[in-house]
Order: sequence, then structure tokens, then C-alpha cells
Amino acid sequence: MNLTLKVWRQKDKDSDGHLATYAAPDVSPDMSFLEMLDVVNEGLMTKGEEPIAFDSDCREGICGTCSMMINGVAHGGQKGTTVCQLHMRRFKDGDTIVIEPWRARAFPVLRDLVTDRSAFDRIIQAGGFVSINTGGTPDGNAIPVAKTDADKAMDAAACIGCGACVAACKNASAMLFVSAKVSQLATLPQGKPERVRRALSMVSQMDSEGFGACTVTGSCEAVCPKEISLDFIAQLNREYGKAILKNPVQSKAGEGA
Amino acid sequence: MKLDSKIPEGPLAQKWDRHRFDLKLVNPANKRKFDIIVVGTGLAGASAAATMAELGYNVKAFCYQDSPRRAHSIAAQGGINAAKNYQNDGDSVYRLFYDTIKGGDFRAREANVYRLAQVSVNIIDQCVAQGVPFAREYGGLLANRSFGGAQVSRTFYARGQTGQQLLLGAYQALSRQIGAGKVKMFPRTEMLDLVLVNGHAKGIIVRDMVTGQVTSHAADAVVLATGGYGNVFYLSTNAKGCNVTATWRAYKKGAAFANPCYTQIHPTCIPVSGDHQSKLTLMSESLRNDGRVWAPKAKGDKRAPGEISESERDYFLERKYPSFGNLAPRDIASRAAKEACDEGRGVGPGGKGVYLDFADAIKRLTENGVRERYGNLFDMYEKITGENGYKTPMRIYPAVHYTMGGLWVDYHLMSTIPGCFVLGEANFSDHGANRLGASALMQGLADGYFVIPYTIANYLATSKQAKPKADQPEFQRALGDVAALTKRLLSINGKRTVNSFHKELGHIMWEKCGMARDEKGLQEALRQIPALREEFWKNVKVVGENGELNQNLEHAGRVADFLEFAELTCQDALHRRESCGGHFRTEFQTEEGEAKRDDENFSYVAAWEFAGSDKPPILNKEPLVYEEVHMSTRSYK
Amino acid sequence: MTNLLRNLFCSSLGKKYLMAGTGAALFVFVIGHLAGNLQIFLGPEAINRYGNLLQTNVELLWPVRLILLAIIIVHIWSAISLTRENRAARPVSYTDWKPTAASYASRTMFMSGVIVAFFIVYHLLHYTVMVQSINFTGKNFDAHPEFFDKEGRHDVYHMMIVGFSNPVVALFYVIAVGLLCLHLSHGVSAMFQSLGWKKRPYGACLDRAAVWGSVAIWLGYSSIPLAILFKVIS
Ligand SMILES: Cc1cc2nc3c(=O)[nH]c(=O)nc-3n(C[C@H](O)[C@H](O)[C@H](O)COP(=O)(O)OP(=O)(O)OC[C@H]3O[C@@H](n4cnc5c(N)ncnc54)[C@H](O)[C@@H]3O)c2cc1C
Ligand code: HEM
Ligand code: HEM
Ligand code: SF4
Ligand code: F3S
Ligand code: FES
Repeated sequence: MNLTLKVWRQKDKDSDGHLATYAAPDVSPDMSFLEMLDVVNEGLMTKGEEPIAFDSDCREGICGTCSMMINGVAHGGQKGTTVCQLHMRRFKDGDTIVIEPWRARAFPVLRDLVTDRSAFDRIIQAGGFVSINTGGTPDGNAIPVAKTDADKAMDAAACIGCGACVAACKNASAMLFVSAKVSQLATLPQGKPERVRRALSMVSQMDSEGFGACTVTGSCEAVCPKEISLDFIAQLNREYGKAILKNPVQSKAGEGA
Repeated sequence: MKLDSKIPEGPLAQKWDRHRFDLKLVNPANKRKFDIIVVGTGLAGASAAATMAELGYNVKAFCYQDSPRRAHSIAAQGGINAAKNYQNDGDSVYRLFYDTIKGGDFRAREANVYRLAQVSVNIIDQCVAQGVPFAREYGGLLANRSFGGAQVSRTFYARGQTGQQLLLGAYQALSRQIGAGKVKMFPRTEMLDLVLVNGHAKGIIVRDMVTGQVTSHAADAVVLATGGYGNVFYLSTNAKGCNVTATWRAYKKGAAFANPCYTQIHPTCIPVSGDHQSKLTLMSESLRNDGRVWAPKAKGDKRAPGEISESERDYFLERKYPSFGNLAPRDIASRAAKEACDEGRGVGPGGKGVYLDFADAIKRLTENGVRERYGNLFDMYEKITGENGYKTPMRIYPAVHYTMGGLWVDYHLMSTIPGCFVLGEANFSDHGANRLGASALMQGLADGYFVIPYTIANYLATSKQAKPKADQPEFQRALGDVAALTKRLLSINGKRTVNSFHKELGHIMWEKCGMARDEKGLQEALRQIPALREEFWKNVKVVGENGELNQNLEHAGRVADFLEFAELTCQDALHRRESCGGHFRTEFQTEEGEAKRDDENFSYVAAWEFAGSDKPPILNKEPLVYEEVHMSTRSYK
Repeated sequence: MTNLLRNLFCSSLGKKYLMAGTGAALFVFVIGHLAGNLQIFLGPEAINRYGNLLQTNVELLWPVRLILLAIIIVHIWSAISLTRENRAARPVSYTDWKPTAASYASRTMFMSGVIVAFFIVYHLLHYTVMVQSINFTGKNFDAHPEFFDKEGRHDVYHMMIVGFSNPVVALFYVIAVGLLCLHLSHGVSAMFQSLGWKKRPYGACLDRAAVWGSVAIWLGYSSIPLAILFKVIS
């Protein structure tokens, strides 16, 4: 099939960008979306033009690197699917496809479709961990964990940190991402001792990165490739509520060790 | 070059404990004075960086992805082994040790493997304490599953995302140290060279992949945990960015490269769908528990699978290996599929695939029963191929999956360059000629959490080297070399794209140095590869500039290294005139077509030493001495 | 304590609690007010007595008014503050953006809220302060003897009949209350989520209840101006 692409091109962080139009001829339905872009890029490079920069690595839906808006939907709109796993058989001959980077103040565009998502890392650095050192830990079976809790923690832990939730949210809110980590650790006995401090510092870091707040619109859950549930946002709200009631002193972000 | 494996004295089971006592320590106040560079933040790198920072060292960590959480370890699905014997089914440290040695076809070092089995139990404790949501039984205790190459259930897992969860555990530990200021993290930063001062590894040269800036970093020791080189085959189950650059450039600075020809091919991957294919996707091996593998008996049979009657099908694994049937080990199953395709009996586009048929299983378990067990895999298969695996048989084909070879390291995990340590898939230790499922994750974490923190202290306490500075002449020179290489790549301005070279190289490697190798093919490859390399340096087209985010330039640098490395791999494969594990030489097989080892002549580690760009590499041999186990022939008939 | 206040007023989640808490209080008021107003269908006696009860209990009236005022100020302040942050969070907008799963009501909360705020101001001037110039009937609800019943109470019944006899005013009420209910159709279930009380098993029921509840509220409120306009009551 033959497609027309309208792709966001932007030289670097400080330059202005624009939508450029490219033809994508002879696209096979068996290609993944990224393979389609690879082929377009081969064509551009053969002509000596700079290829469209986009992020990807594992190409099997688990590393969370790939990231782009396709026709206004993060990851392209197939349920539970990252763009690297999206295949061209979902499009039809003659389609025009608009491709844009994630857009959020906290995710500046570095080039074309590549954004800087280090804000997510800083949120984890602020408290998304259990403060234990290597060694000296009790036997793995010393603390039984109810299967339902283990399963729920795993549901939350499945987040791949791709940022689609932020990209899709009308407020560019990172609540789904943050709530997934807070909920995972708050559900397991290993994470409970630190839950107050964790909720406070991760939320505080989230705010200072410039993400928006959640107004419960639900787009994040709909585009999330790991189908992380909005229930976790409710759980974060609950955790934070308890935390501000219990919290004697304000924890600072990054007060790690 | 002298290969000193530094295996401690004493009985196998006590080597590590005794050795830990003998190792020199760095006192806590002094740890603060040491800087350590860790390249790579996969399981091995992240765990090492976090642990060393907890101990007090100043760590700088580097990865090429935009976040340390995205290292390729994230993709591991199946699980991680540990000799916990929670199932009370007769597991023990010794059994895990033995299974790993045997699985590696008796080409790994006993002492290392034993230590791996010993610390495996600590890994699980550590990960549980970090909040890794391992699967649990209703009673609240950890669940286990069984995995290839073992008769006990010792594999711990977190759904089909074990690698992800373990990596996130390590990433979180690392993040905690970054937050505390003990680790400085450099994401989107690629290592392009290793810097030696006075013969010791004292720093690296890196390129900032956003700005293109090339800088040097000095430290008292350098740890490489940069993963495997499977992408030399172009198509593999590895992530797009996996590369050999870091280890290759260390090799060129004097680190010996061991057993590069040992590559593992995984039998159940989704076949190539066309020329556009950019990577291959693995489907869990567990599918072979209920699926039956077959190919049409007739050559070039293009009918739909449903039209091929039972008598026209060849269930070749069941035919060749009646006792193991569809569960034959990875290498054997892979080779059998390739043979069927080579005979012209392959199915699907290009005839590169065989069927994995669930019709019988559906009859036995009903469609829902099958869905319960493998639903997510069927969904993934459908996403990628657009076919419904319940209705028509799945198509599978083997793909490159793991590389057992890597930089040679001693018992301390130190390469032949003092101060340069190598962890995880990047080193050669532990898996011999073939890796068992669920033991790579174990090795990465063992190296990072429990081995390197001890052994690096010994080096730092005893090496007595001056503190390096990033503006020393050695660094300046290396910076200059890297800049010159980049400039050269950008100035060729030829006609062919980088990717076309990578594809062609991959094709040569897959055909001549893939699942089955022979002398003729390898020699051909050894002619083709240098020619391709020469063409690359004349005719490659790299667009853009250095001073920007330039993915084409990154790729070009990696392919340039693959083009050199591929030659070494073929040389290694050619020289090893035996078949063992992932290295199958068609000349050396039993009458039934099984791998035939030559323990007399090849029971050694081949550690290749760089002798100069225009000279052949030098082969060094580390003999493998088996004190505990008796070498036997693998049989799965 | 200062931490608690800082966390409430300075963090995004804290502001959401304020918004949800005040929203809940306002919601309760909306229900109560509706119940009070519906007494109009019971005839002049009922509603005038009710009105008088409220009016004459100054000790109760003013505290309640002040609390309501504070609540709405906090609600509006947090709404404005969060909305500004939310807009700033995406400085460059998409050329193409699809709302995927986000309902119309959820996307227009601020606009519906602002319009409701204007409505409330108008409404207060209309029936509480009773500014003559904005009731478009040419009559002074506060001073004209026509608006006091025979017991000397303020004739709320008559005031509403006269007030809503102007179709424009009546229609404006219907539309404004419609927007309020649009606001509530999302707000009520969002409130549970923001306070952390929403969960999968009953979450969907809650969403539906919020929508149908809002429709009911809208019908309830609208029935008054419409009934008057169409002379069902007079
Ligand atoms: C699809 C798949 C499934 C698997 N399933 C299993 C399983 O079930 N069980 C099991 O035990 N094993 C499994 N494996 C194998 C296992 O995942 C890997 O061997 C292991 O995770 C490797 O870890 P590592 O830390 O050595 O390297 P990686 O995780 O590959 O990390 C490499 C790191 O080095 C960095 N890096 C690389 N080059 C450079 C450079 N030049 N400059 C800077 N940084 C660099 C990268 O950024 C990355 O951070 C699987 C592998 C694959 C591909
Ligand atoms: C009687 C009047 C009002 C009632 C009953 C009311 C009720 C509510 C409720 C219950 C919520 C949900 C809180 C949450 O999300 O947790 C809410 C949210 C909100 N309200 Fe109001 N509100 C009223 C007036 C206003 C006004 C006047 C404004 C605007 C200036 C406004 C703006 C908002 C905004 C922006 C939200 C946030 C939307 C969200 O979080 O989903 N509201 N309101
Ligand atoms: C059809 C719809 C409505 C009718 C007929 C109505 C009627 C009235 C009347 C008659 C009064 C004056 C009572 C008195 O002074 O004796 C009043 C007061 C008031 N109304 Fe309404 N109202 C309606 C809708 C609303 C809505 C939707 C809101 C807000 C969300 C609202 C908020 C108020 C407030 C705040 C007061 C002032 C109460 C006070 O005296 O302090 N009304 N309303
Ligand atoms: S919550 Fe979902 S969308 Fe958001 S980062 Fe995690 S996986 Fe991506
Ligand atoms: S889309 Fe945004 S508004 Fe909340 S529910 Fe998801 S974060
Ligand atoms: S590239 Fe890894 S998730 Fe898409």
C-alpha cells in the first residue's frame, strides 16, 4: 500500500519544528510501524537527507523506548500495544498519517520524534525504591506475600516507563506512571516501611518536573501499552492523603541514602 | 599474553569463601577516594554500580539508552534460576553447578560456575527485598517453574517479564544512589574507547549522543557490562542498539576476546516476514510443551497447512528424537528446523519457517485450555503476523539469541587489562559453549551484586596506581583517535547506507557462521567480510554531522566494529575443529547427526589477542581442567 | 501542621483534595438547594415558609453563607491554579490530538465551571440581592409590595413566577444548570477518584451513577423555570 506521512521534524531542542510530508510507497502490511519508518529513512538517506530520528530499542514492546503520537493517539491506538509492535496491516492504502513526538513541558523534544524523558528517572530517584543495600537481606520466603498482593504489585510493576500516559493526557500528567510505582511498592510488605516518605517525595518531584495534575479524564489508561489501571491513581491519591496526615517533617526529594 | 585465571586453591565448594577472606579490602574511609566507571546499566551494570556506590565508591555509570531502565536485560521473559530447593525436589548448589557445566557442553570454568550457583540463592533474597513482584503460590511463598536442561523446578519468575522486573529492581537501587549523589548517571552516552595509563584501564572516551560532544572520563577502574554482540548477525532477538563496540575497542586495547564463535540460536522465534525485517521476536520455549513441530514431507509444498494431510507431514523432532520429541534442547531443535528448510521444505515467506501446531493440544485441552496456558503468546503472535495461531499452525524459525563468548576474564572478572573488569553477557565466563535458559539473568546479577564488589576492592587495594586525570596525554590521544574515526565516517559520503552493510554482514554471518558451520563456508566468509569492510570504508554514506543527535552516525560506528569483529568470530569458528554447544561444525558430528566434541584437543578457552590492525590475532589457550565433574556426551535421544 | 497545609495548598495532589472536598460540599448544597426549591410545587405556603425560615435565622444564615463562600473560593482558586499548571504542562500543543477515552465533560470542566460561576453571580444578584436591572421584568423583587405575601413574608413563590416568566431568563437557567450538571456528571465520580475511593469493581457503576444523578439534578432544577414558563404553575 502507499501512504503519506506528515512527520514532525525539529533539528534540536532549541529550534522550531514543522510537519514535513513524505511518501511511503510499497508498504507491506507485515511491517511494523517502525520498520515502515526504517524504510522511509533508507530512502531519505540514499537521497542524502537526514533520516527521521525516533527512539526505539527492544522492538518487542518491553523497553519503553519507542514513543510517538500517530494520528493524535499515543502509540497509535491498538489496545495494549507499543508503536514498535503496531503493524501496518492496521492502515489502509492511501491513508495520511500524522506523526508527532510526545509533547509535554517535562519531555522536551531533542530531535524530530525523540524526547527527553529523564524526568521519569528523577521521579524514581526521589523515592521509587526500597532503601536496602546489597546483602544481609532475609530469605526470600521469610515474609509470605498474599498471592493477590503479589499479582496486584505485578500489575502495577508492568509499567515500561514509556511516557504515553503523559503524552495522551490532556494535562500532560504523569499520575499513571507515578501511581504505578507507588502502588507496587505500597502493596508489598517490603515497600511498606517507607511508604509515607515515598509518596511525598515522588509527588513533590513529579510536581517540580512540570507535569500537570490529573483531572481524571482516563486517556492515559486507554493508551497505556501495559494497560496500567486508573485504580492505581486512586491508590496513589489514598497513599498521599495518608502520608500528608502522618508526615511529621517534609521529606526532600532525593534524600536517598 | 599470559592467561592467569587466578582460580583460588582449595576444594571447589570452599574456593569462594576462602578467597573472599584472602581478598584485600579497602577501608570505608578510603572507598570515597576511588572513582569507578561502569559502562552499561543492564542487570550486570546496574547491580554493580548500585552496590559499589552503597559501599562508598564514587561511581559514574553510562548507557546508550535514554534511561538506565531500558537496558536489554528488560526483554528477558522466562525467569531466573537459583538453587533454593524451595520445591524440595532435590536441587542443590551442586546440582545447579553441574547442570550449568553440562549444559555448557563442558567448556566453562568449574570454579566460576560453582561460585555462580552458590550466590544464586542470595540473588533471590536480594530481589525480593527490593520489591520485585515474583510469582507466588496461594500460601504466600515464592513459586517456581521448570526450565530447559534441568530436572528440577528452580526457576523464579515474574509473569513473562522476569528480566524487566529484575532490571527495574536493580535500576531502582541504582536510582537511589543517583538520588544520593553517589552515582553520576550518563544516559544517551556511548563508550567509544578505553583509555590505558601505564597498562591499566583508567578511563573511557564517550560521545554524548544528543550533542555529539566527545569527552573523556578518568577513574581508578573501569567495569564493562555492555551486553552481548548478537547483532553482528543483523537479525537477532537483541535490541536494535546492542553492539560490540565497547568490548571490541577494549579488545583493541589489549583485552583478550574469548570464544566469540559460541552463539546461541533460539528455536521458537517468529519468522522473517520480508526484507524490511529489523529484528526478530522470541516466543517462549514453553510453547514446545504442547505444540508439535512439523514441516511438509514434500519439497516446495505451497499448500495451506490444513490441506496437507497427516501422512504428508514430517514431525521431524518426534521422528529424530523419540524420547525428547518436541522438547529437544534449543540447539538441536534449531538445527533440525534449519535442515528441513535447507531441504526446501520450509513454509511461509522465503521458505524460512516450520509449523508449530496446536491442533492436537486444542483437541486435548480445548481452545480455552490452550488459551489459559499461552494466551499472551498467541496474542503476540497475532499482533506480529496477523495470523490466528488457534486456527492455523504458528510458523517459527530459529534466531540468534545469546552470545556465550565475550571478553576473557579471570576469577576476579578482570580482563587481561588490569583494572578493566567485565560483567554479564559481555564476558565469556560461566556458560561455556551453550547457556541454559534462565541462567543469564542469574549470572548478570551474581557478577554485579555479589562478585565485583569484593574483587574490585582487591584490585584497588593492591594495584597502587596513580590517580588518573582526564587531561593526561593518554586521554588526549584517545580523544583524538575517536574524533578522527568519526570524521572519517562522515567524510566518506559514498553510495550505500549503513544499514545495507549491516544487513549484508548479517547475511554472511547467518549463512556461514550461524547454526551450522563448515570449513568451506567459514573460509568463504573470511574472504567476504574483509571485502565488505573495505567497501564500507570506501562507499558508506553517513548523513548529518557529529554535533547533533545523529542515529545514522551511531549505527555506522557500531557496524564498523561489527565488520571487524565478525572476522574474529569466523576465525574462532574455523579454528575450533569440533562441535560443542552453540558451535556446530557439520564436519564433526556423530552418525546420528549430533555434535561431536573433541575433548582431547579443544578442551580450552580460546582467548584471542589483538596484534595490530593488519596482523592476524594471536590465539591464547586457557586449558579447562575438570576436577569435580566427569566430561560426558550430551544425549537427548 | 504547616506541612499539612503546605502539602494541601502547594502540591498538585493536595489541591485535588481541596477541589474534591469543596466539590463534595458544593454538591451537597446543590442537592439541598434543589430539595428546597422543589417545594415550589407544593404551593406558595410551603416555599415561602421555607424561604422565611432561612431568611430569619440570621445566626445560621450568615455563617452558612460565609462557609459556602469560602468553599467556592477554594474550589475556584484550586481550579484556576491547577488549570494554569495543566496548560503550562504542555506548552506546544499537538497538531492532531484525539481524546481517546476522555469524555466531553471531563475535558471541559474548567469551562463548565467558569460558566457556572458566572451563573451563580447572576443568580445571587437575581434572587438574593435582587438587583432590579438584571431581572428583565421591570419589577423590584425586594421593594415592590407585590412580593410580600399576606403574612408579610417575602413571597419567594411569586418572585420565581415573575422571574421566570421571561423566557430568556428561564432558558438561561436551564442552560446554566445543564452546564452545572455536565460539570457534575464528571465531577462526582472524579471526586471519588481524587479522594482515593474509587476502585475497579464499582468504579463503572459510580461513573454511571454520576451521569444519571446529574441528569436527574438537571431535570429537577429545570422543571422549575420550565413549569413556570409553560404555566404549569402560576
Ligand atoms: C528476548 C530475550 C529473552 C531472554 N530471556 C532470558 C531468560 O528468560 N532468562 C535468562 O536468564 N536470560 C534471558 N535472556 C538473556 C539475558 O537477558 C541477557 O543475557 C542479560 O540480560 C544480559 O545482561 P547484561 O547486563 O549483561 O547486558 P544488557 O542488559 O544487554 O545491558 C547492556 C548495557 O550496556 C550498555 N551499552 C552497550 N554498549 C554500550 C556502549 N558502547 N556504550 C555505553 N553503553 C553501552 C547498554 O546501554 C546497556 O545498559 C534473554 C535475552 C533475550 C534477548
Ligand atoms: C455549585 C457549583 C459547583 C459544584 C457543585 C462543583 C463540583 C465539583 C466536583 C464534585 C468536582 C470534582 C472534584 C474532583 O475532580 O475530584 C469539581 C471539579 C472541578 N470544578 Fe467544580 N463545582 C462547582 C463549581 C465550579 C466552578 C464555579 C468552577 C470554576 C471556576 C469549577 C471548576 C472545577 C474544575 C476545573 C474542576 C476539576 C475537574 C476535575 O478535577 O476533574 N467548579 N467540581
Ligand atoms: C432553577 C434553578 C434555581 C432556582 C429556581 C433557584 C432559586 C433560588 C432562590 C429563590 C433563591 C433565593 C432564596 C431566598 O433568598 O429566599 C436562591 C438562592 C441561592 N441559590 Fe438558587 N436557584 C436555582 C439554582 C441554583 C444553582 C444551580 C445554584 C448553585 C450552584 C444556586 C445557588 C444559590 C445560592 C448560593 C443562593 C443564595 C443562598 C443564600 O441566600 O445564601 N441556585 N436560589
Ligand atoms: S503507565 Fe503505561 S503509558 Fe505510562 S509510562 Fe507506564 S507503561 Fe507507559
Ligand atoms: S489522562 Fe490525565 S487526567 Fe488523569 S486519568 Fe490520566 S492522568
Ligand atoms: S522499542 Fe522497546 S518498547 Fe518499543
